[in-house]
Amino acid sequence: MKIGEIQSLLGAKLLCGEDRLESDVWSACCSDMMSDVLAYVKDQGVLITGLVNPQVIRTANMMDMVCIIFVRSKTPSEDMIELAKESGIVVMTSTLRAYEACGLLYHAGLGREVGDGNV
Amino acid sequence: MSDVVKFHFDVDGHDFSSAGEASVAVKQKLRALGYPPDIIRKVSIAMYEGEINMVIHASGGTADVEVHEDKIVIILRDTGPGIPNVELAMQEGYSTARENIRVLGFGAGMGLPNMKKYTDSMQIDTTVGQGTTITMTVNL
Repeated sequence: MKIGEIQSLLGAKLLCGEDRLESDVWSACCSDMMSDVLAYVKDQGVLITGLVNPQVIRTANMMDMVCIIFVRSKTPSEDMIELAKESGIVVMTSTLRAYEACGLLYHAGLGREVGDGNV
Repeated sequence: MSDVVKFHFDVDGHDFSSAGEASVAVKQKLRALGYPPDIIRKVSIAMYEGEINMVIHASGGTADVEVHEDKIVIILRDTGPGIPNVELAMQEGYSTARENIRVLGFGAGMGLPNMKKYTDSMQIDTTVGQGTTITMTVNL
Protein backbone atom coordinates (compact mmCIF):
# COMPACT_ATOMS: atom_id res chain seq x y z
CA MET A 1 0.00 0.00 0.00
CA LYS A 2 1.25 3.48 -0.82
CA ILE A 3 1.73 5.90 2.06
CA GLY A 4 -0.51 8.33 0.19
CA GLU A 5 -3.34 5.76 0.31
CA ILE A 6 -2.93 5.54 4.07
CA GLN A 7 -3.32 9.28 4.32
CA SER A 8 -6.51 9.16 2.24
CA LEU A 9 -8.00 6.20 4.11
CA LEU A 10 -7.48 7.86 7.48
CA GLY A 11 -8.31 11.37 6.32
CA ALA A 12 -5.01 12.30 7.95
CA LYS A 13 -3.20 15.60 7.83
CA LEU A 14 0.31 15.32 6.45
CA LEU A 15 2.95 17.05 8.57
CA CYS A 16 6.09 16.10 6.65
CA GLY A 17 7.36 13.72 4.00
CA GLU A 18 5.19 14.70 1.02
CA ASP A 19 7.95 13.45 -1.29
CA ARG A 20 7.49 9.90 0.03
CA LEU A 21 3.74 9.46 -0.46
CA GLU A 22 4.37 7.13 -3.40
CA SER A 23 6.54 4.81 -1.27
CA ASP A 24 5.15 1.33 -0.57
CA VAL A 25 4.64 -0.15 2.89
CA TRP A 26 3.50 -3.67 3.69
CA SER A 27 2.68 -3.75 7.36
CA ALA A 28 2.10 -1.67 10.47
CA CYS A 29 2.18 -1.83 14.23
CA CYS A 30 0.24 0.10 16.83
CA SER A 31 1.57 0.84 20.29
CA ASP A 32 2.03 3.58 22.85
CA MET A 33 4.90 1.64 24.43
CA MET A 34 8.11 2.30 22.54
CA SER A 35 9.72 -0.48 24.62
CA ASP A 36 7.39 -2.94 22.92
CA VAL A 37 7.99 -1.47 19.48
CA LEU A 38 11.73 -1.97 19.99
CA ALA A 39 11.20 -5.51 21.27
CA TYR A 40 8.56 -6.92 18.95
CA VAL A 41 8.52 -5.03 15.67
CA LYS A 42 10.20 -6.81 12.79
CA ASP A 43 9.61 -5.25 9.43
CA GLN A 44 6.57 -3.09 9.95
CA GLY A 45 7.01 0.13 8.06
CA VAL A 46 4.25 2.12 9.75
CA LEU A 47 3.89 3.08 13.41
CA ILE A 48 0.47 4.08 14.71
CA THR A 49 0.59 5.70 18.14
CA GLY A 50 -1.04 8.14 20.51
CA LEU A 51 2.22 8.86 22.32
CA VAL A 52 3.84 12.19 21.50
CA ASN A 53 7.48 12.74 22.40
CA PRO A 54 10.79 12.77 20.47
CA GLN A 55 11.46 9.14 21.41
CA VAL A 56 8.63 8.10 19.10
CA ILE A 57 10.58 9.52 16.14
CA ARG A 58 13.89 8.02 17.33
CA THR A 59 12.29 4.62 17.95
CA ALA A 60 10.81 4.62 14.45
CA ASN A 61 14.21 5.64 13.09
CA MET A 62 15.96 2.79 14.95
CA MET A 63 13.44 0.30 13.59
CA ASP A 64 13.79 1.62 10.01
CA MET A 65 10.12 2.58 9.95
CA VAL A 66 9.09 5.02 7.25
CA CYS A 67 5.78 6.45 8.42
CA ILE A 68 4.31 7.54 11.78
CA ILE A 69 0.60 8.18 12.25
CA PHE A 70 -0.40 10.05 15.39
CA VAL A 71 -3.98 9.22 16.31
CA ARG A 72 -6.59 10.96 18.48
CA SER A 73 -5.55 14.32 16.92
CA LYS A 74 -2.19 14.19 18.71
CA THR A 75 0.16 16.67 17.11
CA PRO A 76 3.95 16.50 17.37
CA SER A 77 6.06 19.58 18.09
CA GLU A 78 8.07 21.40 15.43
CA ASP A 79 11.24 19.83 16.89
CA MET A 80 9.78 16.37 16.44
CA ILE A 81 8.77 17.11 12.86
CA GLU A 82 12.29 18.39 12.18
CA LEU A 83 13.71 15.19 13.65
CA ALA A 84 11.43 13.15 11.39
CA LYS A 85 12.50 15.14 8.32
CA GLU A 86 16.16 14.47 9.14
CA SER A 87 15.34 10.75 9.34
CA GLY A 88 13.25 10.70 6.16
CA ILE A 89 10.11 9.65 8.03
CA VAL A 90 6.62 10.63 6.87
CA VAL A 91 4.50 12.04 9.71
CA MET A 92 0.74 12.51 9.73
CA THR A 93 -1.95 13.10 12.31
CA SER A 94 -5.46 11.68 12.30
CA THR A 95 -8.56 12.47 14.34
CA LEU A 96 -9.35 8.74 14.46
CA ARG A 97 -8.76 6.56 17.49
CA ALA A 98 -6.03 3.94 17.24
CA TYR A 99 -8.55 1.10 17.01
CA GLU A 100 -10.38 2.74 14.13
CA ALA A 101 -7.19 3.62 12.28
CA CYS A 102 -5.87 0.07 12.61
CA GLY A 103 -9.20 -1.39 11.55
CA LEU A 104 -9.40 0.74 8.42
CA LEU A 105 -5.84 -0.04 7.36
CA TYR A 106 -6.17 -3.74 8.08
CA HIS A 107 -9.46 -3.94 6.23
CA ALA A 108 -7.85 -2.21 3.26
CA GLY A 109 -5.16 -4.91 3.19
CA LEU A 110 -2.22 -3.43 5.04
CA GLY A 111 -0.47 -6.27 6.86
CA ARG A 112 -2.49 -8.89 5.04
CA GLU A 113 -0.77 -8.75 1.71
CA VAL A 114 0.69 -11.90 0.19
CA GLY A 115 4.14 -12.81 1.36
CA ASP A 116 4.03 -10.95 4.62
CA GLY A 117 3.40 -12.81 7.82
CA ASN A 118 3.64 -9.83 10.11
CA VAL A 119 0.29 -8.58 11.23
CA MET B 1 45.84 -4.89 11.78
CA SER B 2 43.63 -2.18 10.37
CA ASP B 3 42.66 0.94 12.29
CA VAL B 4 39.80 0.92 14.74
CA VAL B 5 37.26 3.72 14.21
CA LYS B 6 36.07 5.11 17.53
CA PHE B 7 33.16 7.32 18.49
CA HIS B 8 32.57 8.82 21.92
CA PHE B 9 29.40 10.41 23.29
CA ASP B 10 28.37 11.95 26.58
CA VAL B 11 24.81 10.97 27.39
CA ASP B 12 22.90 13.72 29.18
CA GLY B 13 20.86 12.14 31.94
CA HIS B 14 18.77 15.15 32.75
CA ASP B 15 16.88 15.58 29.52
CA PHE B 16 14.77 12.63 28.46
CA SER B 17 13.78 14.35 25.23
CA SER B 18 17.39 14.21 24.00
CA ALA B 19 17.91 10.55 24.95
CA GLY B 20 18.86 8.54 21.90
CA GLU B 21 20.78 11.29 20.12
CA ALA B 22 24.02 9.29 20.31
CA SER B 23 22.36 6.22 18.80
CA VAL B 24 20.91 8.25 15.95
CA ALA B 25 24.40 9.70 15.32
CA VAL B 26 25.99 6.24 15.32
CA LYS B 27 23.38 4.98 12.91
CA GLN B 28 24.19 7.82 10.51
CA LYS B 29 27.93 7.24 10.84
CA LEU B 30 27.68 3.49 10.22
CA ARG B 31 25.45 4.16 7.23
CA ALA B 32 28.03 6.61 5.87
CA LEU B 33 30.73 3.96 6.37
CA GLY B 34 28.66 1.60 4.22
CA TYR B 35 27.75 -1.14 6.69
CA PRO B 36 24.79 -3.44 5.85
CA PRO B 37 21.36 -2.32 7.13
CA ASP B 38 20.88 -5.38 9.35
CA ILE B 39 24.17 -4.73 11.16
CA ILE B 40 23.36 -1.03 11.56
CA ARG B 41 19.93 -1.90 12.92
CA LYS B 42 21.32 -4.31 15.53
CA VAL B 43 23.94 -1.83 16.74
CA SER B 44 21.60 1.15 16.84
CA ILE B 45 18.72 -0.64 18.60
CA ALA B 46 21.01 -2.16 21.26
CA MET B 47 22.71 1.16 21.83
CA TYR B 48 19.43 3.08 21.90
CA GLU B 49 17.99 0.76 24.56
CA GLY B 50 21.17 1.19 26.58
CA GLU B 51 21.10 4.94 26.20
CA ILE B 52 17.49 5.11 27.35
CA ASN B 53 18.37 2.92 30.36
CA MET B 54 21.23 5.23 31.28
CA VAL B 55 18.92 8.24 31.23
CA ILE B 56 16.11 6.49 33.13
CA HIS B 57 18.19 4.83 35.82
CA ALA B 58 21.63 6.41 36.05
CA SER B 59 21.44 10.14 35.25
CA GLY B 60 23.37 9.58 32.04
CA GLY B 61 26.88 8.40 31.35
CA THR B 62 29.12 7.81 28.35
CA ALA B 63 28.80 5.73 25.21
CA ASP B 64 31.77 4.51 23.20
CA VAL B 65 31.53 2.69 19.90
CA GLU B 66 34.53 0.93 18.38
CA VAL B 67 34.35 -0.26 14.81
CA HIS B 68 36.83 -3.08 14.28
CA GLU B 69 37.50 -5.07 11.14
CA ASP B 70 35.42 -8.03 12.36
CA LYS B 71 33.11 -6.55 14.99
CA ILE B 72 31.47 -3.44 16.41
CA VAL B 73 31.81 -2.96 20.17
CA ILE B 74 29.48 -0.69 22.17
CA ILE B 75 30.56 0.27 25.69
CA LEU B 76 28.05 2.09 27.91
CA ARG B 77 29.36 3.40 31.23
CA ASP B 78 27.46 5.08 34.02
CA THR B 79 28.02 5.95 37.64
CA GLY B 80 24.44 5.27 38.65
CA PRO B 81 23.01 3.05 41.36
CA GLY B 82 24.13 -0.24 39.81
CA ILE B 83 21.96 -3.33 39.23
CA PRO B 84 21.41 -5.31 42.45
CA ASN B 85 20.20 -8.48 40.72
CA VAL B 86 21.35 -8.86 37.10
CA GLU B 87 19.55 -12.17 36.61
CA LEU B 88 16.25 -10.58 37.61
CA ALA B 89 16.94 -7.47 35.49
CA MET B 90 17.49 -9.71 32.46
CA GLN B 91 13.99 -11.19 32.73
CA GLU B 92 11.57 -9.88 30.12
CA GLY B 93 8.98 -7.66 31.76
CA TYR B 94 10.93 -6.97 34.95
CA SER B 95 11.29 -3.24 35.43
CA THR B 96 12.09 -0.81 38.21
CA ALA B 97 11.14 2.21 36.08
CA ARG B 98 8.68 4.57 37.69
CA GLU B 99 5.30 5.58 36.32
CA ASN B 100 6.66 8.89 34.98
CA ILE B 101 8.89 6.89 32.62
CA ARG B 102 6.16 4.47 31.60
CA VAL B 103 3.93 7.32 30.44
CA LEU B 104 6.78 8.30 28.11
CA GLY B 105 6.57 4.87 26.46
CA PHE B 106 9.44 3.11 28.19
CA GLY B 107 10.08 0.97 31.24
CA ALA B 108 8.37 -2.20 30.06
CA GLY B 109 11.25 -4.34 31.24
CA MET B 110 12.39 -5.15 27.72
CA GLY B 111 15.57 -3.04 27.53
CA LEU B 112 18.27 -5.42 28.75
CA PRO B 113 16.73 -8.54 27.17
CA ASN B 114 16.43 -6.64 23.90
CA MET B 115 20.06 -5.51 24.06
CA LYS B 116 21.10 -9.14 24.48
CA LYS B 117 18.81 -10.23 21.65
CA TYR B 118 20.24 -7.78 19.13
CA THR B 119 23.93 -8.38 19.92
CA ASP B 120 26.25 -11.37 19.66
CA SER B 121 27.59 -10.92 23.17
CA MET B 122 26.77 -8.73 26.14
CA GLN B 123 28.65 -8.35 29.39
CA ILE B 124 27.32 -6.47 32.40
CA ASP B 125 29.78 -5.26 35.03
CA THR B 126 27.89 -3.62 37.85
CA THR B 127 28.50 -2.60 41.43
CA VAL B 128 25.67 -1.34 43.60
CA GLY B 129 26.28 2.27 44.52
CA GLN B 130 29.08 2.71 41.98
CA GLY B 131 27.69 2.15 38.53
CA THR B 132 27.36 -0.13 35.54
CA THR B 133 29.38 -0.83 32.43
CA ILE B 134 27.74 -2.76 29.64
CA THR B 135 29.85 -4.07 26.78
CA MET B 136 28.05 -5.35 23.70
CA THR B 137 29.52 -6.81 20.55
CA VAL B 138 27.99 -7.23 17.12
CA ASN B 139 30.05 -9.45 14.85
CA LEU B 140 30.56 -8.36 11.26
